[in-house]
Amino acid sequence: MPGLPHSVMRKSWWKIACVILLVYAVVGGLLLPVPALRQLEETIRNLYYHVCMWFAMMILFTVSMVYSVRYLRTLDYRFDLYSRAFAVTGLVMGLLGYSTGAIWASYTWADPNNPAYASFGTIAREPKLIGAAIAILIYFAYFVLRSSITDMDKRAKVGAVYNIFAYAMLFPSIWIVPRLLPSLHPGQEGNPALNFNDIDARMRMVFYPAVIGWTLLGVWISTLNIRIGLITEKKWLHE
Amino acid sequence: MRNVLTLFRKDLLLELRQQYAVYGVLLYIVSTVFVLFLSVGQTEPDTWNALFWVMQLFVCINAVAKSFLQDSRGRMLYYYTVTSPTAYILSKILYNLVLMSLLNFLTLILYIAFMGDPSFRLDIFIAISFLGSIGLSLVFTMLAAIASKAMQQASLMAILGFPVIIPQLLLLIRLSKLAFAETFQAGVPLQVVGLLLALDASVVVLALILFPFLWKD
Repeated sequence: MPGLPHSVMRKSWWKIACVILLVYAVVGGLLLPVPALRQLEETIRNLYYHVCMWFAMMILFTVSMVYSVRYLRTLDYRFDLYSRAFAVTGLVMGLLGYSTGAIWASYTWADPNNPAYASFGTIAREPKLIGAAIAILIYFAYFVLRSSITDMDKRAKVGAVYNIFAYAMLFPSIWIVPRLLPSLHPGQEGNPALNFNDIDARMRMVFYPAVIGWTLLGVWISTLNIRIGLITEKKWLHE
Repeated sequence: MRNVLTLFRKDLLLELRQQYAVYGVLLYIVSTVFVLFLSVGQTEPDTWNALFWVMQLFVCINAVAKSFLQDSRGRMLYYYTVTSPTAYILSKILYNLVLMSLLNFLTLILYIAFMGDPSFRLDIFIAISFLGSIGLSLVFTMLAAIASKAMQQASLMAILGFPVIIPQLLLLIRLSKLAFAETFQAGVPLQVVGLLLALDASVVVLALILFPFLWKD
């Protein structure tokens, strides 16, 4: 069987690792010491959740795109299932990342004399938030496109083409455009939190495990969706 | 290459013979400009600029959307036998590029005539608007190809297209402030132009790679 072998999907070691990492990330993220920075203060702990959602989303969308490519190369319907499942989970992660970011911004960027919703206009203009909103819109459009086609093979094919095209248009713009426009968001010179210098050693101890944990959780959810899909679509899969 | 030119000539001839499509888009431009003229009145340069690009976006969607509709099923069956998908998509890209450049020029004339001249460098703005119309027409050609496989193409194209085009549009709006004598850091305008050209090139490459999968049902 091509793709993610069943044996890997059903293996339990990485699910155990996922749970351990996430328990560590949540407990450690709330209890371990963090650098005391003016204005950020304790909200810096949101880095363990907000940035990780964003990372997990990018990884899941990339996986989804890779399966779209594999679908077009083999026309194996399974890959379409994989690609859709990873896109769904990526979208959920994106929405969570957007909302955790919005909460964070309302404590750090928002004008204290203004209620948070009143400064939404200025915050939503942030280039990085525009990028996030575009990513979310693109994948919503992907699902609208899929649902507008009734023929299964055609839906898989057209969906895969749009997935690859949109991904190829989205990622340069997420990475490049924010660097050309002024922004409050950290990480103007590179990808925030990836750079070794702008993240404290104490935080790295929690941050990297958290990224891996949340990504594994996303993969886990996706594989559950895939397994449901493989069962319900069994009659199309020519097993 | 010969195939591309023949298909391009065919599209052009069809357009010239059944002129309703071109006139439709022209009327669309004129009425949009007129509505803007009546509803907005005197504008700041920033508003002028933003309205121009939003209008370009809608003109492009309207002009490009039908490029895959006029080829009926029977005609597509004929194409399958005589040409390749890459030649077909290249001819469409070329045709939409030419069409959009012309429309861009007309829009610009009408827009300046009605909305007034905001005292800017006309030559720079024309160059940037052509750059923009190239990018818009390329992206929307590919999206029209995708949307033509689904139902409710017109609305679908807007849904699919807007998120993809927003970054380019932002870059263009930012870049065209160059014509309004806004100062940029040295090298930034060239960087943006390079970025836009690179995006255009990648759209063409992607279209060549991906279109063959859309070509046959």
